[in-house]
Amino acid sequence: MQYKFQFSKILLSLYASLILAVFYFPVFSTAVASLSEKRYFSFPYPTKDLTFRWYREALNSAQVRTYVFTSLKIAALTTILSLSIGFFAALAYARYSWGAQKFFHKLVLLPLFLPQSVIGLALLLWFNFLGIQPTWWTAAIAHTVWIAPIATLIIAIQAYSLDHSLEEAAADLGASQFLILLRITLPLLKPAIISAGCFCVLLSWGNFALSLYTTGADSTLPEWLYARMTSGYQPIIPAIGVLSVFVAILAVTLTFAILARAKNKVKV
Amino acid sequence: MPKTGFLFSIPYLFLTACFFVIPLLLVIWFGFMPPKTFSLWQLPTFTNYSFIFSQAYIKSLGWSFLLAICTVILLLLICYPLAFAMAKVFKSSATFLTYAIAASLFIPENIRLFGWVIGLMKNGIIGGTLKLFGFQTDSLLYNIPVILLGMCYVYLPFMLFPLVLGIKMIPDQVREAAFDLGASPWQVFSKIDLPLSMPGITIGSVLVFVLSIGAIAEAKILGGQAIVVIAADIETEFTYGQNWPLGSALSTLLLLATLSLVFFVLAKINLAKILGKSEH
Repeated sequence: MQYKFQFSKILLSLYASLILAVFYFPVFSTAVASLSEKRYFSFPYPTKDLTFRWYREALNSAQVRTYVFTSLKIAALTTILSLSIGFFAALAYARYSWGAQKFFHKLVLLPLFLPQSVIGLALLLWFNFLGIQPTWWTAAIAHTVWIAPIATLIIAIQAYSLDHSLEEAAADLGASQFLILLRITLPLLKPAIISAGCFCVLLSWGNFALSLYTTGADSTLPEWLYARMTSGYQPIIPAIGVLSVFVAILAVTLTFAILARAKNKVKV
Repeated sequence: MPKTGFLFSIPYLFLTACFFVIPLLLVIWFGFMPPKTFSLWQLPTFTNYSFIFSQAYIKSLGWSFLLAICTVILLLLICYPLAFAMAKVFKSSATFLTYAIAASLFIPENIRLFGWVIGLMKNGIIGGTLKLFGFQTDSLLYNIPVILLGMCYVYLPFMLFPLVLGIKMIPDQVREAAFDLGASPWQVFSKIDLPLSMPGITIGSVLVFVLSIGAIAEAKILGGQAIVVIAADIETEFTYGQNWPLGSALSTLLLLATLSLVFFVLAKINLAKILGKSEH
């Protein structure tokens, strides 16, 4: 029996490695392609074709910089909106019990279960009806509709395990509700808020379907990449791809570093 | 404090009402406006719907539906063993796998799909490697299996993580007791694992179905001109076509397909319980 279990464990490990290898294959091939000098990529290429030229071009392109800036603006506004809405929504979701809470639970999930492009074009119609010209901030609102529920859920997971006695003790000592929220609840939920913030930034940064209809004359990096990709191969695309992978890694590492520091502080 | 809960839900309720519910109702209404118009104040008509059912649009809807169903089935088969291993067998490597797969969510979807293009195109990574061994291949892109590969690839995390959550909910004692009483592995799987992990299976399947029925990038980037999916039709009507009412009617059909499924699932599943439970 023990022998059999070991055997199946090895099989499962092999299977997991295979999946992981397939999973990261596109990232690997993007990296390989980004280093090739040739305008038309073909594999394998001689080592003399290795170059950082496309990275230089990507970093020096004013056009690319504009798209990156638009994407960052949208990500920043989305994160601020989603966190401030999500913090309170998470408390309503998990901390307090109230009349329509069951309905509220479902309402938080609903946007996640609808096609993003439909949400985007619905907002396009709505802004058009209101006479608002779609631009970067309308895209941020579209992102928020989909990302605020995710922030809510992440914070709610931690809000479930919140120690109520701390808030009650503060209330007994005469702290106002606002003070309790600011001094007890907010710091206790800080780790969840930081990881939710990380999700907000990165999900907004990489989003394409919601931006598609809502950015108007502005264009985000994923939108521009999509337009380029459907019109044929260009060597600058893999270079930008690899760069944006680095941005993602950087953001995740930074979040983990902040989280680790926050944890240490609590221990002290 | 019943009042505080409601008070705190107001910002979210405002967001959802103003930028989610009302816009979606607007889409449905716009689908009944005369074709190629931009005003909302006209007599409702069924012209768009009768036009859709007389044209190739119904084929796009069918393709999207078929691709979504296939993606769900394939991902269930691919992810269940892995999710089982992550929930019950692996220890520290489960955490590593979780991070490795979750990290991919942060790389823009388009870029990951483009990685497949580089891998599969003529003289790409796979084609080039095969050539070294003497196999000449043409481009492996622009067909339906490749679109399916792309959808499975992009939506794998959305199936995997709910499955892991669901399988974690199966108590080990129940499985052990069944084995002790002489149940075969198949019996344990079909009588215990499957029913007890059903919440995870349902959430994962619906999430993947909804995401893939509205998907556009996979079919365009990997599939080229192979097929047209419904989301692509909608995009055309809203951009080049400038026929918003028709695009709205198509979106309404897409909404109908997803909402009927989603309401069924939301009525059945108590996610609060799963989320709260997983923490303790």
